[in-house]
Amino acid sequence: MVNIETEKKEDIHFIRVTGDIDAGSSIHLDNAFKEGLETGESKIAVDLRELVYISSAGLGVFVSYLDEFELKKIKLVLFGIQEAVRQVFDILGLEKLIDIAENEEGAIAKLNE
Amino acid sequence: MSKSIVIACSKDELTRIRQFVADQLDHHNIPDLQAHKLVLAVDEVCANLIIHANYCDPTNKIELDLQFNPKQIIFTFRDKGDRFDINQYDSPSMDELVSSRRQGGLGLLLVKRIMDKIEFSTEKNYNICTLVKTIG
Repeated sequence: MVNIETEKKEDIHFIRVTGDIDAGSSIHLDNAFKEGLETGESKIAVDLRELVYISSAGLGVFVSYLDEFELKKIKLVLFGIQEAVRQVFDILGLEKLIDIAENEEGAIAKLNE
Repeated sequence: MSKSIVIACSKDELTRIRQFVADQLDHHNIPDLQAHKLVLAVDEVCANLIIHANYCDPTNKIELDLQFNPKQIIFTFRDKGDRFDINQYDSPSMDELVSSRRQGGLGLLLVKRIMDKIEFSTEKNYNICTLVKTIG
C-alpha cells in the first residue's frame, strides 16, 4: 500500500510518498508525476522519508521521466531515503542519474541552485 | 529446513509474499539490510512471473519454497505459466532505459545483482526458477 500526497511550497512541487511501492502500486507514483507535468511544474522534490519499500516498478517510474524532465528543464530531487531503500538505488547506480539530497533543506537548496 | 507458500497470480499477492519471506529471513536472523534485498529479489521474480508468464490470471498459482542451509539460502519458484528464463533475458543498459522512457527492465537486473546463482529448468508441466544466495 502506498499513500502519495502533493504540496506546493513557493515554487517547489512536493510529492510525499508513504508506504510500499511495488508492481501493483507504482501506478500511483506515475500518476503523481503525470500530474506534475500537466500542471507545468519546473521544480519537483520527492519526499521519501516514509517510503519503506520500492521495487523496480517504482524505480522505473523515476527513470522513465528523466529524459522528458531534462528536455523540459524540469529539476527533480529525491530526499530522505531510508538506508534499506537507499541500498537498492545504489545497486543500480541511480545516484549517478538522479539528484538525491539528505533532507528537505538539501533538496530545496539543490532545486534553487 | 524448508518453508513454502502458494500465491495466486495477482499483483495484490506481492505484499503477502514479501511478508512471508521477510518473516522467514527474520526467523533465521538474516540482517535487516540483506533481508531487504532478498525480499526485493523474490518480489521481482514473482512480479515477472505474475505479469509476463501468467498474465495476472489469479486462477494460476506460484509456489515458493525457501530452503535454509548453513551457508546458503535457496529460493525455488514453481509455476505453470509461459516459460520465462531470466538467464536468457539481456538487461537493457541504464542509458537505453532513460532514452526509451520505459518503466520496465530494472527488475531482472536487480535480481542478477542481488543473487549469487540463478537457474531455470522445466519439469513435467512446471517451470522451476531457483535463486541461490550465499550467506555467512
